[in-house]
Amino acid sequence: MGRAKLPRKSTIIDMTAMCDVAFLLLSFFILTTKFKPAEAITVTTPNSVAAKVAPDKNFVLITIDKDGKVFLSMDDKQKKETIANTLNTTKNLGLDVKAFAAADFIGAPLAGLKSFLAIPSDQRKGAALPGIPAKDSTNNEMTTWMRLVSDAYMGQTAPAYLVKGDNAAKYPAFKGVVDAFKKNDILKFQMVTNPQNVPQGSELYKSVMKGEKRSD
Amino acid sequence: MAEMDTSSGGGHKKGPGVKKGKKLSTRVDLTPMVDLGFLLITFFIFTTTMSQPTAMRLFLPKDADKPEDQNKAKQSGVITLLLGKDNNVFYYEGELTNNGSNFKSSNFKEIRNVLLDKKSRTPEKDLVIILKPSSECTYRNVVDILDEMTIDVLKRYALVDITDVEEKLVVASEKAGAATASN
Repeated sequence: MGRAKLPRKSTIIDMTAMCDVAFLLLSFFILTTKFKPAEAITVTTPNSVAAKVAPDKNFVLITIDKDGKVFLSMDDKQKKETIANTLNTTKNLGLDVKAFAAADFIGAPLAGLKSFLAIPSDQRKGAALPGIPAKDSTNNEMTTWMRLVSDAYMGQTAPAYLVKGDNAAKYPAFKGVVDAFKKNDILKFQMVTNPQNVPQGSELYKSVMKGEKRSD
Repeated sequence: MAEMDTSSGGGHKKGPGVKKGKKLSTRVDLTPMVDLGFLLITFFIFTTTMSQPTAMRLFLPKDADKPEDQNKAKQSGVITLLLGKDNNVFYYEGELTNNGSNFKSSNFKEIRNVLLDKKSRTPEKDLVIILKPSSECTYRNVVDILDEMTIDVLKRYALVDITDVEEKLVVASEKAGAATASN
């Protein structure tokens, strides 16, 4: 009796289809990746367990670098023009409104603002700039800036105030910024951090495990 | 049965002078290419999700100039944390005694136990944590200690300016701590 002969099948699979899928996904991810723009101010942010993602629209960002120098940036160009016009009328600084609106960040005392704007934007690097004076409580220019910002947003939804500080920045710079907020009745702000896992066994960890909603 | 290679010998089937070109397969093994593709995909997936910064919220109290407007806290429920340089943390419960006997030193790892201990001993409505960063501590320390409040689910805390006495005490304790460490 002869057994039924099983046809011998090849173990080689056609990889073409899989290759197609792989590269389709690859091109998708390459195209959607937003690369971090080379930042003029290098800041390494601290870690926190905060889970909320930092807003990327309608924000006012205050950066504190490792030497405690303070920089201001905001994403709304119209508001920047308003601020520049106000500065020109109230303080007679003679600023170029267009250049002010185009600047990625502001990092000079009011007196040196005109020469700051004269520097080509690709040469404005945080390390070489003076920053906005904030440490000295008698001459805290951040207060002026925050007043200008909150005036520019008057009657509209308030922007998200973000503070992005460097790990090594000393406390007085941060205090100067917080004081400037307080003086202008800006009592809510957010600090930009890197995400970090909740330590196991801590109180927060237990409440998260129980499914309680986090308040932050 | 064993077969013999007869192709070289005769050329009986085809006429003389007709050569048969060897047929090469056009198939390429795509496995390494797929491997590479997926490797790059994983790389891009990881790099895109990692660079999302988060934001920690902080609500400031309004400055109250008049003493009667200020928030009162029960002395028994208060613990004050002082942040020094080099990640040092000092704390005292209640009010600082004149000789500084209740002034204790700690660090960021141990402070969690101190806070949890205080939390378990104090009724929830009385517990207030006062954070006093000195001028020598870093922004990171401030964020870390605020984060610690979130981790330990402490609802009432305040960021307060340090007094001169406390600042001096922090510096003195740090010096003393450095002296004992070097011995």
